[in-house]
Amino acid sequence: MDSHISIKDLNVYYGDNHALKSVNLDIPRNQITAIIGPSGCGKSTLLKTLNRFHDLVDDTRVEGEVRFDDIDIYAPDVDVTEVRTKIGLIAQRPYLLPMSIFDNVAFGLRIHHITNRREVKGQVEKYLQLAGLWDEVKDRLHEPATSLSIGQQQRLCLARGLAVEPEVLLGDEPTSALDPISAKNIEVSLQQLKSQYTIVIVTHVLRQARRLADHVVFMYLGELVEAGPASKVLKSPKDPRTKAYLSGEM
Amino acid sequence: MKRRWWTLAHLEETFFRLLMRISALVLVLALAGILLAVLIRGLPAMNLDMITKVPEGGFYLGGGGGLLNAILGSLYLAGGGTILAFLISLPIAMGLNVYAPSSRWAAFTRMTLDVLWGIPSLVYGAFIFLIMISMGMRASLGAGILALTLLQIPIMVRAMDEVMRLIPGGLKEAAYGLGATRLEMARAVVLRQALPGIFTAVLLAFGRGIGDAASVLFTAGFTDRIPTSLASPAASLPLAVFFQLSSPFPEVRARGYAAALILTVLILIVSGLSRAVARRLSRNVVN
Repeated sequence: MDSHISIKDLNVYYGDNHALKSVNLDIPRNQITAIIGPSGCGKSTLLKTLNRFHDLVDDTRVEGEVRFDDIDIYAPDVDVTEVRTKIGLIAQRPYLLPMSIFDNVAFGLRIHHITNRREVKGQVEKYLQLAGLWDEVKDRLHEPATSLSIGQQQRLCLARGLAVEPEVLLGDEPTSALDPISAKNIEVSLQQLKSQYTIVIVTHVLRQARRLADHVVFMYLGELVEAGPASKVLKSPKDPRTKAYLSGEM
Repeated sequence: MKRRWWTLAHLEETFFRLLMRISALVLVLALAGILLAVLIRGLPAMNLDMITKVPEGGFYLGGGGGLLNAILGSLYLAGGGTILAFLISLPIAMGLNVYAPSSRWAAFTRMTLDVLWGIPSLVYGAFIFLIMISMGMRASLGAGILALTLLQIPIMVRAMDEVMRLIPGGLKEAAYGLGATRLEMARAVVLRQALPGIFTAVLLAFGRGIGDAASVLFTAGFTDRIPTSLASPAASLPLAVFFQLSSPFPEVRARGYAAALILTVLILIVSGLSRAVARRLSRNVVN
């Protein structure tokens, strides 16, 4: 397996709470990896170690190694803004930047020093198209982003995330706040994007994992219980805890 | 399913609704009363001269002239103080919310600002006055501006801080998630999202500054001339009200009310403007 991110002996502590316990995991390149498990099991915690989001919270400690290609993203000489550029995140619900539709996508370009107007314009269109939103917004690019429906907002967040040209896309239950049709739109986009990106999503919807995932990780109480190809983990789980969860007993 | 008005819950409901209406009424009546009082007492003394001329000889005995010295003096003082206070307050508020949102240092700064907010403006005036004496300075526009700056900083920082603290964490994370640095996040999210609030904070502090008499009493002095430099003394509307209301001459007292009327109208204009502008600035704000 060609692994894009490789996690070794990873521990996360929130104050005294040991939230992630010695996790080892390889995340395959250009596939969709779904992290599943009951609430509070450490799914999101694991996801947020991948773009160093725990740095933003005081009193949180991360120990261990997260290798992205060959770089340990927690090494002291690593630039955290570059980590977050290469490894983008789509949040649980769309958090728009307080600006227009156009500027929401252009913001990422500008902070990464693409300032040529024509280039910015071209890129904004390209990524809005990639997120399947262009046709709906092309005539109202300069309206406030808040004027969009929530499903459109989440696709705008996707376009915004893609525009900084990451290699990995993280999704923290990216469809949980959306109506079924909008959720489907996002799922379709993710399917299309996986040829170019490595995608990791956290989901509490088993059916979504079944629809999307090539690779499944099952977490329970801060431990990684089982990980492997979706066909194996979902159809013939080895661990009794995975079995219990998949059959709805947990 | 019939409504029973005598139940405790229902009585409670009615009582508190009534209480709320009464409080609102008291507030509206107070405002109306103030406006009526300055209008009735001040309008007879109002004329074009009052806002276009400086006092002429014998003005305080009922002679000719107007209050232009105090109007401009007040605008200079409050304007200068507001600009200085803004330049200091914005970085403090941004720092509190971008670099140290929940640190002990931030908590300490907030507490200090709250204490400063509670200090009477006369004390700020006296403090600046002490410094002026030690440096051999006399009452001046510059010193008045400094006293007002001190008075306005805590108001401005805390008002900005309150709106900035309301910004959802997810919004900041959205910017960080794209690889933004703290400064880039601050500009894209904190500044824009808080823009209407920042504007309101500035005008709140301006209103507080232009209406304050005690802080400029020793520091800016009072003069019948329009200040020509930071070193010359400056008149102000609150002091014009104070001096003239304590006059034995009824026509001078009426002018005191006219000065109060001008001050009130200025503040009404400022708060009306601020509402209109804040509404325009909130176009892009995310709820």
